[in-house]
Amino acid sequence: MPFRAAADGDRTRQGAVVLGLLAVLLFAACLISLGIGPTGVGLRDLWAYATGNGDSLSVQERVILEAVRLPRTALGLLVGAGLAVSGAMMQGLFRNPLADPGVVGVTSGAGLAAVAAIVLGNTMLAPLAMLLGNQFLPLMAFFGGLFNTWMLYLIATRDGRTSTTALILSGIAIGALSAAFMGLLIVMADDRQLRDITFWTLGSLGGATFGRVLSILPFIAAVLAVVPFVARGLDALILGDAAAFHMGIPVQRLKRIVIVAVAAACGSTVAVAGSIGFVGIVVPHLLRLAMGPSHRFLLPGSALGGGALLLIADSVARTVAAPAELPIGVVTALFGAPVFLFLLIGKNGAMRDMP
Amino acid sequence: MISGEHITVTRSGRRLLDNVGVELKPGRFTVIIGPNGAGKSTLMKVLSGELKPDTGFVSYYGASLDLCQPADLARRRAVLPQATQLAFPFTALEIARMGAVAQGAPNPTEQARQALSRVGLRGFESRPYPSLSGGEQQRVQFARALAQVPQPVADGVPRALFLDEPTASLDLGHQISVLEIARDFAAAGGIVLAILHDLNLASEFADHLVVLNHGRVVAEGACAETVSDEIIASVYGIAGAVGRLPAQHIPYVLPQSRHR
Repeated sequence: MPFRAAADGDRTRQGAVVLGLLAVLLFAACLISLGIGPTGVGLRDLWAYATGNGDSLSVQERVILEAVRLPRTALGLLVGAGLAVSGAMMQGLFRNPLADPGVVGVTSGAGLAAVAAIVLGNTMLAPLAMLLGNQFLPLMAFFGGLFNTWMLYLIATRDGRTSTTALILSGIAIGALSAAFMGLLIVMADDRQLRDITFWTLGSLGGATFGRVLSILPFIAAVLAVVPFVARGLDALILGDAAAFHMGIPVQRLKRIVIVAVAAACGSTVAVAGSIGFVGIVVPHLLRLAMGPSHRFLLPGSALGGGALLLIADSVARTVAAPAELPIGVVTALFGAPVFLFLLIGKNGAMRDMP
Repeated sequence: MISGEHITVTRSGRRLLDNVGVELKPGRFTVIIGPNGAGKSTLMKVLSGELKPDTGFVSYYGASLDLCQPADLARRRAVLPQATQLAFPFTALEIARMGAVAQGAPNPTEQARQALSRVGLRGFESRPYPSLSGGEQQRVQFARALAQVPQPVADGVPRALFLDEPTASLDLGHQISVLEIARDFAAAGGIVLAILHDLNLASEFADHLVVLNHGRVVAEGACAETVSDEIIASVYGIAGAVGRLPAQHIPYVLPQSRHR
């Protein structure tokens, strides 16, 4: 439902209203995620639990709420927010609405590093694994994502201009290369490791624990903390590197911060939930229609909207085929891939505006 | 005063600027002319701080440009670039407001509105930038630059406007109105530097003309001295065209004549 821009061209109020609606949507999504599941623990039990009348619940029901649904909802919230914000930041950095960490190979880089951590964690990388403990996997994924983002930026940007063709093609190449290395590692993996790896390629919030929530929390919190400081710079960057500099933006520093933030959000989400595609492209795209492209609102909006979308997608994944569970990556791709195609071929298609 | 001294820029073996010195004085409309590839845009990039020269230095009121933070620089000068395309549908108002925010305006939205109406785009505030014509986009960018330096002199320090081909893709009427705004800015004590290709417009508006060729300043001074047959012939290879009327069957339009 694309809003028309306010008649005076100022979309500040519109942005604030949409942010408010998104907050409500996110709250509703949290309730749905906490209150829906195959075990029959419903919204009424949730209400009883939340208002302190938890005594009426059986031990089993309380365990389901506390140890299964609560961490899963928290994880979905963080992962969705991280994916959508990293997508929006990347699109601003590359001045291109098609840049998505999943499409241009950043997720593959993080996945490769995660697989390396699984397969080599007991042998080659054992000292590192010992040193970093619980943060080993997220940190590996972060550096994998960082490496690929940086490579992509070096390859696809010449003289401060990023061409769509170079971006997508080099993204495919970098992603393919990462996948090839992942294949090599899979050959080396034993059976238990293979099972772990399969989990990454599909993407899932299953097996969420508070340990996982805590391992990703610092990354996502850091990225969200950076948002107010990069929003104006990313707006200015849309006019080009030179124009951003003319308007007082320290362009190189801004780009470094954004690249690290994208890698942190993307890498840490891959580490805990595998590769979940298209959230980073669909959420910012829909929000630009609703509130305009200014990052002041787009970035916080993406955090709220990404969390909501992922929780809803996860609720769908858990319920449509219950008691079996669909991989959430399948659900987001079913919804997101058509939107991506629409973006490519649409009337105001992103491909047409770009060199 | 903004001054550049002994500026040399070499890129892939080609000397784009060769020991160039310029002074931009407050209250003066300085125009750079010269053929394609003469180094006009490169010189403007060096003076605006966007490009670091290989040798030589630029100073803003005695302070070296190297020591200025981008944010401080943004309060002292605004730059109108050549045609800019956007992949995201910002409105005209939102683009102009970026300039106002860059100089720390207390009410950037109001400032952006004023800048848009100064360039004749009142009523265009809510139009998405990509849907505007080339000339309208250029004027939105000009409004953004004006919103960044709304006062020609603020806190006793003159501000500067750098305009890279501000008249490109504008019709004759708007070419003149854009240059008139720039001239008013200079007349009120600001610094204006513009690159122009139209020698008639340059002659009418420039207080000070800098002629560049092959990266060197070949002539400099008031238009009456610099726009001469020898200089135009040596720089553009067109002889005998200064101050003469064309053959009788060719109509001609000289914008300067509107003042007679």
